[in-house]
Amino acid sequence: MKTYNTKYFYGDYGEIETGGPATQQSQAEWPLWEVFIRSKQGLDHKHAGSLHAADAQMAIENARDVYTRRMEGVSLWVVESKYIHASNPDEAESLYEPANDKVYRHPTFYELPDEVGHM
Amino acid sequence: MQLQDLEKIFQDKIDKEIKIEPKDWMPDAYRKTNIRQISQHAHSEVVGMLPEGNWISRAPSLKRKAILIAKVQDEAGHGLYLYSSAETLGTSRDEMLEQLLSGKAKYSSIFNYPTLTWADMGAVGWLVDGAAILNQVMLCRTSYGPYARAMVRICKEESFHQRQGFETLLVLSKGTDEQKAMCQDAINRWWWPSLMMFGPRDSESTNSDQSVKWKIKRKTNDELRQQFIDMIAEQVKVLGMTLPDDKLKWNEERKHYDFGEIDWDEFWAVVKGNGPCNKQRLDARKKAHADGAWVREAALAHAAKKKNRQLQKVA
Amino acid sequence: MNQNLIDYTLHLADTTLILAQRNSEWCGHGPILEQDIAITNISLDLIGQSRNFYQYAAALINLPITIGTANNPADLATEDSLAYLRTEREFKNLLLVEQPNVDWGQTILRQFYFSVYQLYLFQQLQNCKDEQLAAIATKALKEITYHVRWSSEWVIRLGDGTAESHQRMLAAIEELKNYTGEFFIAAGYETPMGIDFALLKQQWEEKTKAVFEEATLPYPEKTFNQSGGKTGTHTEHLGYILAEMQYLQRTYPGAEW
Repeated sequence: MKTYNTKYFYGDYGEIETGGPATQQSQAEWPLWEVFIRSKQGLDHKHAGSLHAADAQMAIENARDVYTRRMEGVSLWVVESKYIHASNPDEAESLYEPANDKVYRHPTFYELPDEVGHM
Repeated sequence: MQLQDLEKIFQDKIDKEIKIEPKDWMPDAYRKTNIRQISQHAHSEVVGMLPEGNWISRAPSLKRKAILIAKVQDEAGHGLYLYSSAETLGTSRDEMLEQLLSGKAKYSSIFNYPTLTWADMGAVGWLVDGAAILNQVMLCRTSYGPYARAMVRICKEESFHQRQGFETLLVLSKGTDEQKAMCQDAINRWWWPSLMMFGPRDSESTNSDQSVKWKIKRKTNDELRQQFIDMIAEQVKVLGMTLPDDKLKWNEERKHYDFGEIDWDEFWAVVKGNGPCNKQRLDARKKAHADGAWVREAALAHAAKKKNRQLQKVA
Repeated sequence: MNQNLIDYTLHLADTTLILAQRNSEWCGHGPILEQDIAITNISLDLIGQSRNFYQYAAALINLPITIGTANNPADLATEDSLAYLRTEREFKNLLLVEQPNVDWGQTILRQFYFSVYQLYLFQQLQNCKDEQLAAIATKALKEITYHVRWSSEWVIRLGDGTAESHQRMLAAIEELKNYTGEFFIAAGYETPMGIDFALLKQQWEEKTKAVFEEATLPYPEKTFNQSGGKTGTHTEHLGYILAEMQYLQRTYPGAEW
């Protein structure tokens, strides 16, 4: 087994083997939520990050306090992370690459005479 | 697929500057390294709130108080973004906190130095945040997607931190004799520890640096440190102050500043837990976590009760 | 010079500043990062409000000094001279806001009592005949509405949560119960401001009762009202708050920061 990264650098201060058990057994953690922000009217909600909250109401408020401190948004969505279903990256080829050869779906596929103007 | 094929595909992506995302296949060591680095980075932000938080109640004007609170609060936000990105790798924030509080996980040693005067708020902003930003800008291009995105957000927010630090010192440098002395004293105390933030010299590292190959880290310690020194050596002139290094001198041949030797004994002493404030910092985090336990429990209990009541209503 | 208006503005400024100072003690020590950030946001809102009030008070104080006759600009009042160079007996903040944080429960309850009071008070101030005060109140109301929401939810959460959190809220109620009556006892300078204290009290009691009920907390029986904060007679806590807060300004008189 190779030893990786015993080097000390910014953000990674090496592993130390000392240290006793933590002061107390950790309790159940507040669930994780994903936060989506609409930055201005007319735009889609976009994933901004995640946070912990005990319930949906608190998740909205935490999102407001954490992710909109600099006027980043006008609307918020939160969804508990466990309810997010994601596609499998191993299937990426079968899911997305077939779209690669369907160039006829793109407007530039069609050559029109200049007289037609903008279409 | 064979393990070596997966590893090759993975390394090809890295070489082609394609970001690695949470559900992508990755070598265990890459996952482990990222978890460790991101969580320690997060711990640094959170512990880093303490030395500056130390002056919130004593900030000398309402404007400075508001700025300082906003800055320390940003650090809480940065810790949170970073914990979240480490969570995408399959570790919980509680597990990471447990590691911090038990003393197993480390954080940046710089926060084990005390903030003794108001001028330290300026010096920390200018030197400590300045050193951090060089690293953080580099990390915006790190190979793990969620980490890189967290860093982009952090860098955006961080931009005012160093400026306000420098401006705090600038005001002191133009102030009374006592303020000027306070300013110089803070620079003297924070200069060497901020150079230590970049870690040991590259030549000290006997292990092959896998992190560079994986593009988690993209510049060496010495490169970043030199970049920092070149920048600060110029800026300090604007303050009319000096850096406490009589070997600091522009080298025309290298086009860089030469500088004196860092006290590596001190560096390792602080890393190993013998800095001036290691114990206080950890104790403060332990106390906050322990004092907050009943609050976190109560919120969960209330959420569960509320859910049950709603279910009963529906039934 | 309208001394009543100046005193009243200072009362509003001092109250918001001292509560901001108390809340900011949580920064870096909160029960969880998300709530550390939340209470700090409230602290920042309150500092913003206090600065608006101090700046207005300073302008009122400086009004009679016509430009050019003031020999020394250092004689002019500023937000910082008012916050940092007045003494315990000159501060006019409510007693409630200087009470110590103790734990998250007491901090929450203190914020809740105050925010509900501030909400209904500022709704009246919005229509106050002094345009500047009305403008500051209008701007602050958006923040206050959120503070009421946030603190109400936490009172409910902690009251309803676990046996321990319920117990801690009972302790907080007991600790703070004598410091809310002062809200509704008009100081001399408040009388000309045209505040309907009876209405304020009624609205405050209605809202706090409703939240306590949802929180399954008993509504406190009033036994005695501590008062005096509005006119500079404080609890012993304030002296320490000011000693700490004002230390640099007092140690280096006249310095710029």
